[in-house]
Amino acid sequence: MLARRIIPCLDIDEGRVVKGVRFENTREVGDPVALCRRYDAEGADELVFYDISASAAGRRTMLDTVEATAAAAFIPLTVGGGVNSVAAMRDLLRSGADKVSVNSGAVADPALISRGADHFGSQCIVLSIDARRLPGDGAARWEVVTHGGRRPTGLDAFEWACRGEALGAGELVLNSIDADGVGGGYDLELCRQVSAAVGIPVIASGGAGAAEHFRDVLASGVADAALAASLFHHGVMRIPELKRYLASAGVPIRIPSGEAR
Amino acid sequence: MSSAPSPPIAIVDYGAGNLHSVAKAAAAAGLCAVVTGDPGRVAAAQAIILPGVGAFAQCMAELAARGLTEPLRAHLAAGRPLLGICLGLQVLFERGEEGAGAAGFGHLPGTVCRLSAPGLKVPHMGWNAVRPLRSSPLFDGIPSGAYFYFVHSYQAMAQDRHDVLAVADYGGPVTAAVQRGQVFAVQFHPEKSSVVGLRLLRNFAALAAGGAA
Repeated sequence: MLARRIIPCLDIDEGRVVKGVRFENTREVGDPVALCRRYDAEGADELVFYDISASAAGRRTMLDTVEATAAAAFIPLTVGGGVNSVAAMRDLLRSGADKVSVNSGAVADPALISRGADHFGSQCIVLSIDARRLPGDGAARWEVVTHGGRRPTGLDAFEWACRGEALGAGELVLNSIDADGVGGGYDLELCRQVSAAVGIPVIASGGAGAAEHFRDVLASGVADAALAASLFHHGVMRIPELKRYLASAGVPIRIPSGEAR
Repeated sequence: MSSAPSPPIAIVDYGAGNLHSVAKAAAAAGLCAVVTGDPGRVAAAQAIILPGVGAFAQCMAELAARGLTEPLRAHLAAGRPLLGICLGLQVLFERGEEGAGAAGFGHLPGTVCRLSAPGLKVPHMGWNAVRPLRSSPLFDGIPSGAYFYFVHSYQAMAQDRHDVLAVADYGGPVTAAVQRGQVFAVQFHPEKSSVVGLRLLRNFAALAAGGAA
């Protein structure tokens, strides 16, 4: 049986991790390679990088960061942020990324998903969706937003997820803009609705604040994986303890064995 | 662990997508390995790692186009140490049914068929528990049930059950590792399987060098 996955996510600007990483060990602060090595050793199942560099130089630095990380951490690495062409995907994959994630680039040009899948295989292409819950009393609905939630697109998030699968995405990241940064738990309803409709893995993002939130979102039929950032970076929660808790709560999870070291 | 230096292992370069990941993991595991697409160097290698992701027919065609089919065939026939990874496992069998179908090396009897079971997501992607069916130096120091990282849509159906070294459960038993003599192959990706993956690569290097891990 497949294990549910725990995925730390790093926002990277000009080769440095941002969003205030607060580890005691100062050598690791801001250094994506050192952080990834640590997360691998602690039992993270995958890693995600989001490149938030605004400059072309920053994007080139990202390729070096990906290459250095791939030589230091031996778990799957997904890289996203501003990916809007097959050439950009190829650069990242050649540098050592295992998957690339597309977000606003795919909203602007949905065929980017199918071109990526044709070139590199669906298993390489992750569609990341920023979703905002629409107000209203009826059935819950979510709108796709871009630019950190500032720009509404008019797309229905559920329909966009289904279309992304049809276009060849191999995985979906569902990032709840409402839940992000609040620490009140993942948007379970969004994940459940999409999971019921698609045949590809769903990764929940946004809202993790406690171990119970991971247990709830990794329950059967909700999400296959859970992504979190500041919770791990700030040391609020450590992956080994989280995984032991999830295993005791009956969630199928990978606990790395110490014997094999 | 043995401290004796091992002879170089050839990691076969035929354009496979995971070539560099395998090379980096081999380096991190301390293997003495060289990446090469040169038929002469592959023919001379004492041990070979055959990586691979993508389509079965394309893999066989790429190997043939680069003159690597015959040295690999000779290596297999001589029973020298080899570790196939993912597609590198599948091509050891007689035939792949992917697309229009294609012949493999035929070193192991059996075919490679699409994964399918009701309600099962394909590809089989993620960490799954691997259970060896017998003891083997490849899994030395790795507990039964250790998780390895899988990404595949096709599975090897071995005709001879003795060739199957380990299985994972995904809608039923899925071939996770095979062994016949010194020829080993794994369906999962040791280069993406963290500590246990690096240990498996070290185990292969040790047995290729003729010692224990």
